[in-house]
Amino acid sequence: MNKNDKDIGFVETGYFTFGEEEWDELKLESGQSIGPVTIGYETYGELNKDKSNVILIEHTLTHDAHAAGFHKGDLRGGWWDEMIGWGKAFDTEKYFIVCSNVLGGCKGSTGPSSINPATGKQYGLTFPVITIKDMVEAQKRLLDHLGIEKLLSVSGGSMGGMQALQWVASYPEKVRSVIPIATAWKQSPQQLAFAEVGRQAIMKDPNWKNGNYYDGEKPESGLSLARMMGHITYMSEASMEEKFSRRLKNGDYSFSFDVDFEVEGYLHYNGNAFVKRFDANSYLYITRALNYFDVSGDKLIRPNREIDTKFLVISFLSDWLYPSWQSREIVKFLMSRQQDTTYCEVQSNYGHDAFLLEYEEETRLIKHFLERITNEK
Amino acid sequence: MKSRKKENIELGYKIICSIVNEEATVLDLGCGSGELMMLLRDQKRAKCQGIEILRDNIFKCVEKGLSVFQLDFDSGLSNYQSDAFDYVILNRSLQETVHVEHVLQEAMRVGKRVIIGFPNFAHIGARIQLFFKGRTPVTDSLPHLWYNTPNLHFLSIRDFEEYIAGRGIRVISRHYFTMRKRVVICPNLFATDAIYVIALENGGV
Repeated sequence: MNKNDKDIGFVETGYFTFGEEEWDELKLESGQSIGPVTIGYETYGELNKDKSNVILIEHTLTHDAHAAGFHKGDLRGGWWDEMIGWGKAFDTEKYFIVCSNVLGGCKGSTGPSSINPATGKQYGLTFPVITIKDMVEAQKRLLDHLGIEKLLSVSGGSMGGMQALQWVASYPEKVRSVIPIATAWKQSPQQLAFAEVGRQAIMKDPNWKNGNYYDGEKPESGLSLARMMGHITYMSEASMEEKFSRRLKNGDYSFSFDVDFEVEGYLHYNGNAFVKRFDANSYLYITRALNYFDVSGDKLIRPNREIDTKFLVISFLSDWLYPSWQSREIVKFLMSRQQDTTYCEVQSNYGHDAFLLEYEEETRLIKHFLERITNEK
Repeated sequence: MKSRKKENIELGYKIICSIVNEEATVLDLGCGSGELMMLLRDQKRAKCQGIEILRDNIFKCVEKGLSVFQLDFDSGLSNYQSDAFDYVILNRSLQETVHVEHVLQEAMRVGKRVIIGFPNFAHIGARIQLFFKGRTPVTDSLPHLWYNTPNLHFLSIRDFEEYIAGRGIRVISRHYFTMRKRVVICPNLFATDAIYVIALENGGV
């Protein structure tokens, strides 16, 4: 077998739809129900006979089901391609990896930009407010459909880490291990504040029109502004210094308000690229789900409840959006419950983005951790 | 050939391994790269959890399939419930902690029994260096120089005996050794290392 045969290679997103009849609809934390629900998902590797090698990968606010491999015609692989594949941290030689787009998203799963079959039009703001718990419920339905009863592990960074923690809170008996990375068990006021400014940027865009923009111009300036601010919070002071310093795009000041500094150019470029691939209403709904998430304390593991789930918690020292103290908060709770836990603060200058970039150190931790979980069967 | 320092450390591991019961729960404070926990897991099927501050050691523990927290145990033990572990181990780490008394108290609260291993500063080799050469001792169990030692506290076996007396601490067993062998006579003079198993007078088993 040559190396190319081992690579994940080309992948396609699959779709699973449920809740077409009322009894099968997804019941949401808000008390509302929604159906039908379509979930876009990808899988990598082979499911073993006793279905004991399944790892669920959870994505961030703006990622999607395409975590690894290549889509036909794409030059870049999935968002965590460095971590998922033959011989990598999430080794497709051993494990069956599942990654799905979150409920409320815009990359194959039902969200505010989907057509509401009752009206024949996009949901827009008639889409119900969803939570991280609802996202996990939708994933549970997908796994039921795939015939998977127990997960070897659930992992993800940032919002992905929240979903991983929610799996423990919702279905501890189904999760043998969990790897929350660069995340928190609830957002701090600072994180709530950033989310609100992002949403206000979108909602103050005249093209937003209360979410009914699908027939006309989209609230691109608002969404790109939200994204620009997001990018600042994903980097660190040190990584920005290294990447841009005060370098100028055209060698000299223009004495105008045009883009002079490289850092400005970077933010504009990323803001503009983002609006082409992301729905503004999805941004509102998903950031709201982040705000409402709270599995702190006994909400993570109920009192007097003993669970076997093993934890590998990872944080990054320069991450000021989801700083290490938030991971330590989780770890200290796990100590009080004597839960089998490993915690590492990885040295990195990349800020919150580190979990997408520091794959060598993450691999060292995750690979061995997963081997142990597999062997402790 | 193994260094004498390494042989001494390994003898300490063996002694601790003989102390710990089968399938005991163990918390190793300052577990380093996890050698001792690995031994306890493999030979005693002990359920071990380590706490360690150095990142590189965290990676080494994970590579051995061990669970470890990257935390400072000077402050981190308060999260544990009382008697959470059968044993709390402080092997060659007590003399490196800032708040010795607090850590010892917490270790005895969290563990039913506490195993403490420390290098004996009053070993004859150390005494000779101090007395005749007028130099801070460098021995097999105190291998560092004054400017790079991680040890914040220097104690002898007698110091430790005096410390635990009158503090409501029960000594369950004492183990003295030097260079591959146990020391029975005049341990404060002839032992480079000591291992104590202690518990609170009114608690523990």
